[in-house]
Amino acid sequence: MSYLLFQISFVVYFLAMSAYIVFFVSQKGNVRQVARRIFLGAGLLHTFNIIFRYLEAGHTPITSQHETVSFFAWSIAWCYLSFRWRYTVKNLGTFVSVLTVILMFIAALASREILPLIPALQSWWLPFHASVSIVADGFLALACIGGIMYLLQEREIKRKRFGLFYSRLPSLEALDKLNHHCLSVGFPLLTLGIISGSIWAKQAWGAYWHWDPKETWSLITWFLYAALVHQRFTIGWRGRPAAIMTIIAFLAVLFTLWGVNYLLGGIHTYAS
Amino acid sequence: MPRDSIVLLGVNHKTTPLEIREKLALSGGYEDPLQALASIDGINEHYLLSTCNRVEVLYTTAKPVETKHKVLNFLFGDAVPEKDLDKYVYHYDNEEAIQHLFMVASSLDSMIVGEAQILGQLKEAYRYASEQKTSGLILNKLLHKSFFVAKRVRTETQIGASAVSISYAAVELARKIFGQLDNKSVMLVGAGEMAELAAEHLVGQGVANVVVANRTLERAVKLARRFNGQAVSLDELIDQLEHVDIIISSTGATGTILSKEDVKPVMRERRNRPLFFIDIAVPRDLDQNINDLDNVYLYDIDDLNNVVEMNRAERDREAVKAERIVAEETLKFSTWLDNMEASPTIVDLRKKADEICRFELEKTLGKMTDLGPKEQKSLEKMASAIVAKILHNPMQFLKTENSRGVDRRERINIIRDLFQLDDQNDSRKT
Repeated sequence: MSYLLFQISFVVYFLAMSAYIVFFVSQKGNVRQVARRIFLGAGLLHTFNIIFRYLEAGHTPITSQHETVSFFAWSIAWCYLSFRWRYTVKNLGTFVSVLTVILMFIAALASREILPLIPALQSWWLPFHASVSIVADGFLALACIGGIMYLLQEREIKRKRFGLFYSRLPSLEALDKLNHHCLSVGFPLLTLGIISGSIWAKQAWGAYWHWDPKETWSLITWFLYAALVHQRFTIGWRGRPAAIMTIIAFLAVLFTLWGVNYLLGGIHTYAS
Repeated sequence: MPRDSIVLLGVNHKTTPLEIREKLALSGGYEDPLQALASIDGINEHYLLSTCNRVEVLYTTAKPVETKHKVLNFLFGDAVPEKDLDKYVYHYDNEEAIQHLFMVASSLDSMIVGEAQILGQLKEAYRYASEQKTSGLILNKLLHKSFFVAKRVRTETQIGASAVSISYAAVELARKIFGQLDNKSVMLVGAGEMAELAAEHLVGQGVANVVVANRTLERAVKLARRFNGQAVSLDELIDQLEHVDIIISSTGATGTILSKEDVKPVMRERRNRPLFFIDIAVPRDLDQNINDLDNVYLYDIDDLNNVVEMNRAERDREAVKAERIVAEETLKFSTWLDNMEASPTIVDLRKKADEICRFELEKTLGKMTDLGPKEQKSLEKMASAIVAKILHNPMQFLKTENSRGVDRRERINIIRDLFQLDDQNDSRKT
């Protein structure tokens, strides 16, 4: 049942993305309405998918590769939807839907097998640590998308050659604000995720910090974001440097999430 | 019964010099001219549009030739000799008139193609005509259709979307950099006319604060007062950069007045809040390298001209699309008009058939008294089905577009003859 829901939500995300792309090219308001509704529908279906997966597995479904990536996609979708509630950033939906579809695709390729939970993971810290970390990543992903949009728009304004993006992307100010908002939510959550992980590590493995590759890399990521946030708040870093830094830091997030498992191993590696 | 012609007479900024347009005998409002037109013999419905760029009269009449003279006479009086009028006044009939109206409504005939103002003016003019009841069935439909066409053009093309003047282009860029322009300040360096115009646009878009820096303080004070702003001397230029967001420079200086090195330290003071420099002076006032700084944007007059050119090319492409929409809608409206012409015959034909049907039914049902209500119903149904089927082909014959060379008017006559619709009407009258 949960797999069926996964497939349906994947397809619906795909439809939403197509609609968003059509809107991006044609700029017709009624297409955006349609795209928004489809995307919201996909988000809801995906939520049901995760709930069913939870019921079927009997534990929080953020342990395997498939589950993690799927949950990552879910948090990006809902970070975006929660954002839309408060203020709109023109055409952000197109970029978000593309990223969501890519993640869902990766999740679809990974093994969907439900594996019994190894004893070390059997703790109520699991739902807390995993979901907080990944929701943090969701906001940081949104900040990264904002950064990419900023660079695209800034390039056209600086070079004085207006192409595809100038009229379609929002103002630089709006994109910079998006970056600011996402960081102010994402960074505290990331911090909370690392602290909760460390407390859990003390309970499960007896020490707060192991210098296991995943821990090391999440610390590196944290420092990157800390530097960015610090610069923003103290000397008013903004615009292009901030956008580039946001993108680099997000690459570190992705590496922490995947690269570490494949390249470096360590005790954090999920059942594979 | 031949249909009325739709006639459109008008002058606009393209065809007619201002001296002639000024001579039009239209005083202020719409009421009086509409009344005067109503008193002209032969005009059935009419409406009048009068803006600073055009005056147009649209009316329906059975006598297009006579009424044209009367209308022109009303518009110009003796001010312009009759033979000159042909040179200045455009005259469209029927389909051409419809098309022209649609072009005007969609702002394809405007001085600045795509500006939205004309639709508002058209609606206002129509409001007067409908209040005075000078517009009737045909013009009401036609004008509503023209609003619809304008809306279609607006939503289906990007015709009104781009800035086609330098000061608009500057405002548009400022919006792309700053988003909202309220709470932003603009500084005018040098008090030229172009700078003034750009500042006016920016203030119109919500810019809150205007600072004027000029070589002669007197002129600066004067201009600042106009915008409710403050005047500073040119020596304070760099200090002011800390507080303003948009700088419009147009001094007559021969060299540059600001270099990259001047601006760089300012950005630190500003905590990197963006700065937008607009250099409309020739020769240029500002060092080109300023544009290389992060969060600083510099556009000179050529850059802005390029933006305008690009937008203009884009707009011309969109205009082609818009004209296709207009042509489509013109065709649709003409079809509606043609059907209008056929519709009295259709009504007559149906009425005659229904009368025969009812008469025969009553006769038959009167004899068959033992029928139940259900059987009666079936008989009635059958009778009207026969009528509908027999009428189907003649109706199609009247309505069809594809007539194999038989003119619609002739087809109407054939049907009226064949079914003796006119004889019947005559006999009923006597």
